[in-house]
Amino acid sequence: MNVIEVKQLKKIYNTTEVKVNALNGVDLTFEQGEFAAIVGPSGSGKTTLLNMLGGLDEPTEGEIRIGGTNILELSSSKLIDFRLRNIGFVFQAYNLIPVLTALENVEFIMQLQEVPKKERQQRAIALLEQVGLGDRTNSRPSKLSGGQQQRVAVARALASKPKFVLADEPTANLDSKSTANLLDIMEELNRKENITFVFSTHDQRVVNKARRVITLEDGQIISDLKKE
Amino acid sequence: MLLAIAWRNIWRSRTRSLVILIAITLGLASGIFYMAFYKGMLDQRINSAIKTEASHIQIHHAKYLTNPDKKFVITSTDSVVQAIRAEENVKAVSSRLIVNTMIQSPTTGSGVKVTGIDPTMEAQVTNLHSKLIDGSYFEEDRRNPIIIGEKLAEKLKVKLKSKLVITVQDMAGNITGAAFKVVGIYETSNTSFDEKNVFVRQTDLSRLLAIGENTSHEIAVLLTQNEQLNPVARKLRSELSNLSVKTWREIMPEVSLLESSFGLTMYIFIGIILLALLFGIVNTMLMAVLERTKELGMLMAIGMNRVRVFAMIMLETVMLSLFGGLCGIILGWLLNLYFGATGIDLGAWSAAYKSMGFDTLVYTRLSWSISLQVAIMVMVTGIIASIYPALKALRLKPGEAIRIDM
Repeated sequence: MNVIEVKQLKKIYNTTEVKVNALNGVDLTFEQGEFAAIVGPSGSGKTTLLNMLGGLDEPTEGEIRIGGTNILELSSSKLIDFRLRNIGFVFQAYNLIPVLTALENVEFIMQLQEVPKKERQQRAIALLEQVGLGDRTNSRPSKLSGGQQQRVAVARALASKPKFVLADEPTANLDSKSTANLLDIMEELNRKENITFVFSTHDQRVVNKARRVITLEDGQIISDLKKE
Repeated sequence: MLLAIAWRNIWRSRTRSLVILIAITLGLASGIFYMAFYKGMLDQRINSAIKTEASHIQIHHAKYLTNPDKKFVITSTDSVVQAIRAEENVKAVSSRLIVNTMIQSPTTGSGVKVTGIDPTMEAQVTNLHSKLIDGSYFEEDRRNPIIIGEKLAEKLKVKLKSKLVITVQDMAGNITGAAFKVVGIYETSNTSFDEKNVFVRQTDLSRLLAIGENTSHEIAVLLTQNEQLNPVARKLRSELSNLSVKTWREIMPEVSLLESSFGLTMYIFIGIILLALLFGIVNTMLMAVLERTKELGMLMAIGMNRVRVFAMIMLETVMLSLFGGLCGIILGWLLNLYFGATGIDLGAWSAAYKSMGFDTLVYTRLSWSISLQVAIMVMVTGIIASIYPALKALRLKPGEAIRIDM
């Protein structure tokens, strides 16, 4: 079953004097349980594509279906709610809420979903244990290393039980040990729980782990390789 | 959790939050202290107007107030006094004879209002007896004693035991006069009152005016509490329909105006302080929003809707304002309690204040209800101040905001 379906996606930026074709007719589908990396040089359209998939930006042309829903037809408030219930985000700079503890950060998204307190606490603790941070639940982000913060971000992304997780350069700010650790955790979650992960990355270590590698150049897919 | 986030966010930039909190605290504390000062001054003025000058209610002949001629008397004063005393909430009653005339000292003269009183009845209604700074309050059973104000004593260049001559036209139209001996000199907080009012025994003035017994020009009524003013006045008006029944608010409209304008004046004053603080709060919150562009972008990206983002910024602003506001109200109250006990001496401006009837030692006064109203005004200010920063946050595009380098 296709989790994500993208047809003839185009994005033209008119903000500068020169028109920029950030995406130039992208067709793409992701199935449940994929562990995919979108790669390409800077300016190839990786981030633009990820923003479109996450409903954070609108394409100039094309269609995006997530779990069968055409997200471009949703009103902005319905799209926010759709993101909350269907998409998990992991950002390059972790982007945790600095005034909340690790546990509260993971709980927060479930509170937005109005999950009962007891249930969300149990799930948040379980997720933090899964990412190896069961002993750091009460630490604020400033007391955690970059790798640990990114693991909290992964736990947060999974807390909402999304259809898939979008991770924008998740290892860009991590050292090799933290990167390996994070990738192992995400791969394990992917294999055990069949969670779909889509990364944009420059990092060869991520590319090596991915079972599908999509290469973008000048806003077009130039290769889409699936490893066995 | 939004409450916890809002509260913790306030303390993320401690210095900035403290600066605006101190500004709110000091602004409101000074505003509240000024309110307490003004209210204290006003209450003292009203108290003085009631206790020294007008009492709560005055009863006259129907025509007396428009034409204060001595011929417009209240006949059967005793029965009227009895009827008034029978009313609920009436504490004391005193009948008076009044004549506006000239008083002469050996060196000069002055126009005065001579009030003939029954010292015992009058002492229950007004506090003249407690305002004496020299002499005594009609204690000796001597003929024609007079009590005058200090300001008049200065003007007439007389002192205790000096003789003063009062010249009047009696009820038959004959010019007559009598010498009075100064037995007491009083001083109230109103120098104009002190200069214009002298007090003699009702029996002495009655004899001088050759006026019949059981008559008076004025009956002063003291109530158990000011709140009963209008109900009692209404009742007396219906019972004494042939007489004029006036409350102190009608007799002294200038004092009544001060009382009624207090609320409005104070709201405008506090409003100006809050308006100035509003811009400070908006500035602080705008900085907080700009600093957190990335974080707000992330919150919107993961699914925090506009209402919640707006509520979070609003909560933060209201909490900041309310916390500062409460500190200001508490500080204002502490100042109010301190100066309510010790008083503030306005000695340097005493002449100006006393000429308008204000005490120069002001005891601050403030009610809790006013503090509550101020707290509500602060909360409203916080809500208004949050609108622009919150709208600014809502305009962020999550996809762009997340990537902004801070």
